[in-house]
Amino acid sequence: MEAKITVRDLYAGYGAVQVLHGLSMEVRSGETVALLGTNGNGKSTLMKCLIGDVRPTHGSITLEIDGRVVDLTKLRTHEAVELGISIVPEGRRLFPQLSVEENLLLGAYRKAARRNISKNLDFCYGAFPFLKERRRQLSGSMSGGQQQMLALARAIMSSPKILLVDEPSVGLAPIMVSQAISKIRELKDEFGLTVLMAEQNFQEALRIADRGYVLVHGKVAFSADSAVELQDSALISQLYLGG
Amino acid sequence: MRNNSTSFWAFALALPILGFVLPKVGLNEYYFYVAYVVLQYVVLATAWNILGGYAGYVNFGTGAFFGLGAYTALVAMKAFGAPLFVQIAAAAIVGALLGIGAGLLTLRLKGIFFSIATIAAAIVIETFILNWRFVGGASGMQVIRPEVPLGFETYTRLLFFVMTILTVLAIIVARYIEKSWVGRGLHALRDAESAAECSGVPTLRLKLLACAISGALMAAAGAPFPLYTSFIEPHSTFSLNYSVMALSMAVVGGMSRWWGPVLGAILIASTQQLAASASPELHLLVVGLLMVLFVIVAPDGLVGLVQWARKMVGPGRKEVELARGSERA
Repeated sequence: MEAKITVRDLYAGYGAVQVLHGLSMEVRSGETVALLGTNGNGKSTLMKCLIGDVRPTHGSITLEIDGRVVDLTKLRTHEAVELGISIVPEGRRLFPQLSVEENLLLGAYRKAARRNISKNLDFCYGAFPFLKERRRQLSGSMSGGQQQMLALARAIMSSPKILLVDEPSVGLAPIMVSQAISKIRELKDEFGLTVLMAEQNFQEALRIADRGYVLVHGKVAFSADSAVELQDSALISQLYLGG
Repeated sequence: MRNNSTSFWAFALALPILGFVLPKVGLNEYYFYVAYVVLQYVVLATAWNILGGYAGYVNFGTGAFFGLGAYTALVAMKAFGAPLFVQIAAAAIVGALLGIGAGLLTLRLKGIFFSIATIAAAIVIETFILNWRFVGGASGMQVIRPEVPLGFETYTRLLFFVMTILTVLAIIVARYIEKSWVGRGLHALRDAESAAECSGVPTLRLKLLACAISGALMAAAGAPFPLYTSFIEPHSTFSLNYSVMALSMAVVGGMSRWWGPVLGAILIASTQQLAASASPELHLLVVGLLMVLFVIVAPDGLVGLVQWARKMVGPGRKEVELARGSERA
């Protein structure tokens, strides 16, 4: 099952503020790709371009999925979801006034996911037992870590091929960051997902990434074909350790 | 009121049958005259709730849709001699179109801004009618009623029957939406619109659908109005009253379930009819007091009260609910 995203020479921004300056990258089938970089270098903007939340001014984003080739820059968010892309947005974006279970059911809004709904729900409750205990609880009343897990579970409910995760570590305690990242790996293996994860916490991201890109000022400054290569990169130590 | 499908469909069938039989057994005309108004408000409140309750877009334009329905029926009757059911169908179509049009123009607005835009829509349409001589303009016009069909004695009795059908239709539609993926999607976008879009909910399409259905039902409720009153003029037909009433009924009844606006409409409209026969000034006060009382004491309306009472009945209730939840999943 092919699921591939190719980004070519992408320029995007907000009004007068240009954020991406000719960014090119790709995510191939079955990979876990990490998007690294400190704040303000365009990780989230790239994610938003991928889901049609921000329209690029130049460049292309091509999605190959199930033998179809689609221009992602033309789609609205829900249409991207319909094709099999699932999003765990930054800051989680749950439905705070709805229960845990209602949140999960809404994750399965995609037509292809509706027939798998009980199977996926069972899987989610198996993978995240606390969600089952709290199924009647309003999602907004849970802790940040629990909400992040729910956001992950909700993304899985849509039976996706591609999982986009934007900054899963934001606002979480270190132990929860570690758990969330491990869960992403588990879900990927279980469902044969292709994963693109934007993350600032590069040590955590490297634990599960097959390879990665380092973004600086809206461009790919460094592209590594393995986690080891990323680990040893001089740029990483310069960015993160000030070396 | 239980989630019992059989009893619901029995009720849905029984109401129009009663609506057909009761007017023929010779009860006092006044009852049908009043019941028509109550049912008309059941339809309006139910229709209002589809957009206002499920999707959370508070519409102050009920009067616009109601009035447009009434005038569409009038034009269909006057220009083409259309029979009543054609008038209703035409009104519903025009109402749906207005819903989509108004939706495209206003759905980018949220909260109070959306509400203000819907008030404006009502004023625009009323102004248009005020200046249209064919339908009588500002001074209104007398409606010449054709002979009463279906062997009913009077128009009031016939229209009561017609309104029972519209009521059942509106309730079936609202109940269906509530239980379907459309309802789930509306619920989601009411809570968090961007999160809904990220979950694959086509938010704009669903909102337009809600506008269209809500508008069609409101306009259909207005369609029999010219024959009912036999005189029609713009000020009272496009009255803001309809908007306020539909909204209060949904609030008092509870907006989360289809039977909330139904109960709210029955409660407020009947109280109002009783109060109006006692004193014409009093009935607005009654609605106002009910509204204030519910917002303070029972913000989730009668639906909230019933759910609370069920919870109080015993712990056994909870297990049933849980079991039902897993069934649904």
